Amino acid sequence: MISNLNLETQGQPEAAPASAPLSKPSTKNSLAPAPFPKVALIIERHGRKPARLVPILQEVQEEYRYLPPDILSYVARSLNIAPARVFGVATFYAHFAIKPKGKHLVRLCDGTACHVKDSVPILDAIRFRLGVTEAQPTTRDLLFTVETVACLGACGLAPVLVVDDQVYGAMTPEKALAVLESVREQERKEPSP
Amino acid sequence: MIGPSTESALPAIGRRRVIVCAGTGCVANGAYPVFQAFTDQIKAAGIAATTEFKAEESDQPGAPLRLNQSGCQGFCQMGPLVTILPEGILYTKVRLADVPEIVASTLVGHDIVKRLLYVDPGTKKPCQGVAEIPFYQRQQRFVLRECGTIDPASVEEYLTHGGYTAARKAITAMTPEGICREILQSGLRGRGGGGFPTGRKWEAARTQRSAKKYVICNADEGDPGAFMNRSVMEGNPHSVLEGLMIAARAIGADETLIYVRTEYPLAVARMKQAVKDAQRLGFLGTNAFGSGQTFTCEVLEGAGAFVCGEETAMIASIEGHRGMPRPKPPFPAQSGLWGKPTIINNVETLAHCVRIINEGAESFRKLGTAQSPGTKTFALTGHVANTGLIEVPFGTTLREIVIQIGGGITDRRGRIGPNNFKAVQIGGPSGGCLTADHLDLPLDYDSLRSVGAMIGSGGLVAMNQKTCMVSIARFFMDFTQRESCGKCVLCREGTRQMLTLLDDIIAGRATGETLVLLEKLAHAVQKGSLCGLGKSAPNPVLTTLRYFRAEYDAHVFHKCCPTGQCKALAKPSIDADKCKGCQACQKKCPVGAITGDRKQAHVIDPAKCTACGTCADTCKFDAVVGV
Amino acid sequence: MITARINQIEVQVPPGTSILDAARRVQVNIPTLCKHRDLLPTASCGICIVRNKGGNKLIRACCTPLEDGMEITTHDREIVEVRRSTLELILSNHPQACLTCGRNGECELQTLAADFNIPLESIKRYVKDVPPDTSTGSIILDFTKCIKCGRCVQVCQDVQNVWALSLLDRGINTRMAPAGDITLAESPCVKCGQCSAHCPTGAIVENDETPSVWEALHDPEKICVVQIAPSVRVTVGEAFGLPPGTNLTRKLYAALRRLGFKAVFDTNFSADVTIVEEASEFIERFVHQRGPLPLITSCCPSWTDFMEKNHYDFIDNFSTAKSPQQMLGVLAKTYYAERLKLDPAKIFMVSIMPCTAKKYELSRTEEMYASGHKDVDVALTTRELARMLKQSGIDFLNLADGDPDSILGEYSGAGTIFGATGGVMEAALRTAYFYATGKKLAKIEVESVRGLAGVKEGQIDVGGAKVRVAVAHGLANVEKVLDRVRDARQRGLETPYHFIEVMACPGGCIGGGGQPYGVDNERRKLRIAGMYQDDADRTIRHSHENPEVIRLYEDFLGKPLGPRAHELLHTRYTARPLYKR
Repeated sequence: MISNLNLETQGQPEAAPASAPLSKPSTKNSLAPAPFPKVALIIERHGRKPARLVPILQEVQEEYRYLPPDILSYVARSLNIAPARVFGVATFYAHFAIKPKGKHLVRLCDGTACHVKDSVPILDAIRFRLGVTEAQPTTRDLLFTVETVACLGACGLAPVLVVDDQVYGAMTPEKALAVLESVREQERKEPSP
Repeated sequence: MIGPSTESALPAIGRRRVIVCAGTGCVANGAYPVFQAFTDQIKAAGIAATTEFKAEESDQPGAPLRLNQSGCQGFCQMGPLVTILPEGILYTKVRLADVPEIVASTLVGHDIVKRLLYVDPGTKKPCQGVAEIPFYQRQQRFVLRECGTIDPASVEEYLTHGGYTAARKAITAMTPEGICREILQSGLRGRGGGGFPTGRKWEAARTQRSAKKYVICNADEGDPGAFMNRSVMEGNPHSVLEGLMIAARAIGADETLIYVRTEYPLAVARMKQAVKDAQRLGFLGTNAFGSGQTFTCEVLEGAGAFVCGEETAMIASIEGHRGMPRPKPPFPAQSGLWGKPTIINNVETLAHCVRIINEGAESFRKLGTAQSPGTKTFALTGHVANTGLIEVPFGTTLREIVIQIGGGITDRRGRIGPNNFKAVQIGGPSGGCLTADHLDLPLDYDSLRSVGAMIGSGGLVAMNQKTCMVSIARFFMDFTQRESCGKCVLCREGTRQMLTLLDDIIAGRATGETLVLLEKLAHAVQKGSLCGLGKSAPNPVLTTLRYFRAEYDAHVFHKCCPTGQCKALAKPSIDADKCKGCQACQKKCPVGAITGDRKQAHVIDPAKCTACGTCADTCKFDAVVGV
Repeated sequence: MITARINQIEVQVPPGTSILDAARRVQVNIPTLCKHRDLLPTASCGICIVRNKGGNKLIRACCTPLEDGMEITTHDREIVEVRRSTLELILSNHPQACLTCGRNGECELQTLAADFNIPLESIKRYVKDVPPDTSTGSIILDFTKCIKCGRCVQVCQDVQNVWALSLLDRGINTRMAPAGDITLAESPCVKCGQCSAHCPTGAIVENDETPSVWEALHDPEKICVVQIAPSVRVTVGEAFGLPPGTNLTRKLYAALRRLGFKAVFDTNFSADVTIVEEASEFIERFVHQRGPLPLITSCCPSWTDFMEKNHYDFIDNFSTAKSPQQMLGVLAKTYYAERLKLDPAKIFMVSIMPCTAKKYELSRTEEMYASGHKDVDVALTTRELARMLKQSGIDFLNLADGDPDSILGEYSGAGTIFGATGGVMEAALRTAYFYATGKKLAKIEVESVRGLAGVKEGQIDVGGAKVRVAVAHGLANVEKVLDRVRDARQRGLETPYHFIEVMACPGGCIGGGGQPYGVDNERRKLRIAGMYQDDADRTIRHSHENPEVIRLYEDFLGKPLGPRAHELLHTRYTARPLYKR
């Protein structure tokens, strides 16, 4: 579509060379409406600066809960940088997810303090109960994603479990499973959007 | 001051305040509902109260009661914490149900609710306030002084505590040379781990000729087991900002940035609010303190990469790239962010600068040791009775920290005992494990380095006798392996191979050659890696090999984990002398591996046993051994 | 100047010189895997560690500048031990498939592993089972052999500005790949093969098509013919131990004939044809003002691919003349077939090219089938040819000189310099000058467009009119030139250039992605010298004077840019902006 536009405007072989109305083509100059208006807005807020790539991706992820490849390409086009750079950054940082995450984010702290207070059996129990692994951290129903986090800075409460934004301290496998059960129960009663 | 045993009414001196700690620990334990309950109950009791700080009201007798949240007060183990001023009463583990009683007894009736006071487990004596609690008594709070009392969301309150006088002085009354000299004289060393003299770093950047320079506050506190920076940012964000402005003035920078770990949402919010407030008051902006100078500050969030704590990786990340370290030289002070001279200082380092400028280098040097002046915050965690955030002068011994402030080492059931201590891990994944032999080692940058550890950013994890040191080494290796940026071979491949070798040891697959190879690789990774992450990655392995060699040998040559933590090597058995034959373990054993009649010593069938450890957890007589 | 000591030897170097480079000046080789002479240090392998003044720290020689008073030790017991450990670690996730690897015998990792005698038993091996990416048909990415040194990424992103390859993921999962789980063919890759030319291992190699050539040679039904590109003659010797720049044109003719080719043609011949067409186009535009200026050369397929993807606003500026490879292909299957009364369907045309993108060019558009058949059947790189010669048992270096086959074999000095950056421009100017003025240039060597500067500019007086030219090589340099043109256009100013030559690879085809391994600027200079020497040695140095070219037009094509020439020798371009860089 874009190429046609460009071709039509420049495709006159007789045009005088110096006066040919040419500008550097770039898909960002597309006349079509932005396919991801919310992303466009985020990028606009950051002044279309490639240096703002990390904060832009953070906000995009907040919007979509992960970074779909189409959107990463769109971000690259909008910032006029290579998708290779955007993907390179998106896959470098642990905070960015290339695959969809579950509705509820279950994060078990595996910082030193939590580790010495036996966080691993809790993690094993949670993963076993939800049927997820390190490689496949999200439940099939997309309800939960289980992650470990290096340190939440709540070492005084070790071991610590965080479900969405709620922090649970002094966990045991039994307590952790009960927390998950309560989330699931809540979902059964009144599913959150 | 009235002792806790006194029943009589307390006199009203100064302004009445109720401070609810809203550090992460207390919040997790329910501090927010407690705060709300106080708001409601105080209103219901008809007491005039406000949650807003107004400078003109402060310390006026008769002013309305002030109710506020504070940053982390450090005593996380005992949260939620509620402090009542002016008496200085500290209530611990306050539940919702306790609030009406506190309001009725203390706020209305001037009585102390004794059951909510902290009881010193040693003397069994209830302590009324921080002055009587050993956890606080041994500390010297320098950067944490205002943390936990002031409302971190109120710049006005910070101002009444002398806030921004240092920045004002630096910007309007001091020369950049003068600031650098003062910091250099103070002997302040970087609190982020390396311990490089801050003044020298500043001076290097100051003397660079460049119209544009940057100061970055490194708040990417990624060490597992460390939360000091978080507490400072949450508890006293303006002190960080003020330090940043002093640094900017010192090197001639106009732009400053704060790079905060994204896992710290509250710290991000507090810092952003602080920046807004400072802009509103004209401290930041084009005419800072009316000096005509420009200072700006922006808060950026990391995106989950430990390696971004490394200076050059952080710069790459801020520039919108993969956070991979680059070779030095050039040092950031010569060519940093966008190729301009840049200094990167840790949160705590900057917070220290505020008081150094206010009180002078000499005052700072009075604390700590000659080579490591000042105080250092530590996150004291693990198997200690009192986990939390502490601040002590350099030169304090491990024993003072772990035993006196930490209240002693707990066993797996949480009981404090004199023989529970096994090791302390200091400095996170870059640090090392120290033993009982080091308990009287005065802690400073150099003493720690001499024993193979480092101060790191200040994570201090105490470990009891039931901790397997090989597992701990594996834990840190797993961490660095995951957090390696992947650029350099030694760090990328070396940490994986070391992890594999440690796994072999833990799983009983190791031979003598495993240990030889482990040491060889550890040495190569330490020597040849490009950045600090790689260079220090082998420290946990090397220190445990050095100080707990016997434990490695037991795993490798005797296929036995002395602590029983390594499941593959565990051989649980029942000590017939201790077993009372209560059958409790039998009932709990998930695989039916335990047999034995009532009141007869039980036996574990090794063929069935999966070494899950349930029996050991169940046995009240510690009769199960080897797991 | 910096004065220091390396292994006790005093060395003086300009400030900013790395320890690695300084050491080379005193005949001390510090081993490295990731540092390429022409590229910035990535500091990733860690093999170049050295020690200063017996200190405890080991520093990296590739990225540490030598400082006054340094006392560098490059080899001691600990340094060598750490180096060995590093190599062991690299080999721990590298397949042990040297014997079947495209880089066997020419691999930097293999060489170091052999030099250091690295054992493989002691360390656990992790070799991922990842299928190679063969999607382009030009370049094969074998991810398992990648050592993550980052050279290819630096070349692809910074030198070529293509951004097809990137480093993805982190830590132990770090990988080199096209971003976003796409194939290389779906990426912005322009198949230039510079990644492969700079890769220290066999992770990026050309798609080896020698089997299909062997098959054709053994097929009695097929009439195999071959053409050799300008630059191949001065580089193929490197594969046989000769210095870069050694001209082996006539040995190549003889060897190719021995391989079984029925006719041996020279791409230099069709380079002359290209010049006749392109110079005519230029005269049309510059003198007769028919068509936009600047005219931009199009014989580099990576460049045309890059242009179609990223700079398609210049489509009308592109010379429509096909590349010499394609011209020779179509002429062999029409003109040559007609003259010799051969069935063009039976002719199997093989081209020996310096280039991986030439493989892609074969089926680039329908115009590449202008003869009614695939004009060129297989394009082999110089490396593949060397492999075939070695397989065939031909004592290449001691062969008696041979000759090319007539009517598509004679070449001028202008045709041969196509292989060097600036060569097409120089050749075109020689002929265009003649076309415009009826006279020859007083000095036919156009020095201003020679050499390795990234962008070269020149001005030639053509019958009173000034022709402003620019030559860019290395695709990252193109944008600078094009942006100047765009800028002038936007301001309504006169175009800053009338004629632009672009070659994708640094140095031009002599630095192509399919040339013998080990390219760096030193080697490029020697190869270029070989090209210009070949030109200087020719008696005919103008394309339009090539007698076989003259005959071609007289007997077959008619006029340059005429209908038949247009049908067979010209092509079209299409904007394909699927991917911004």
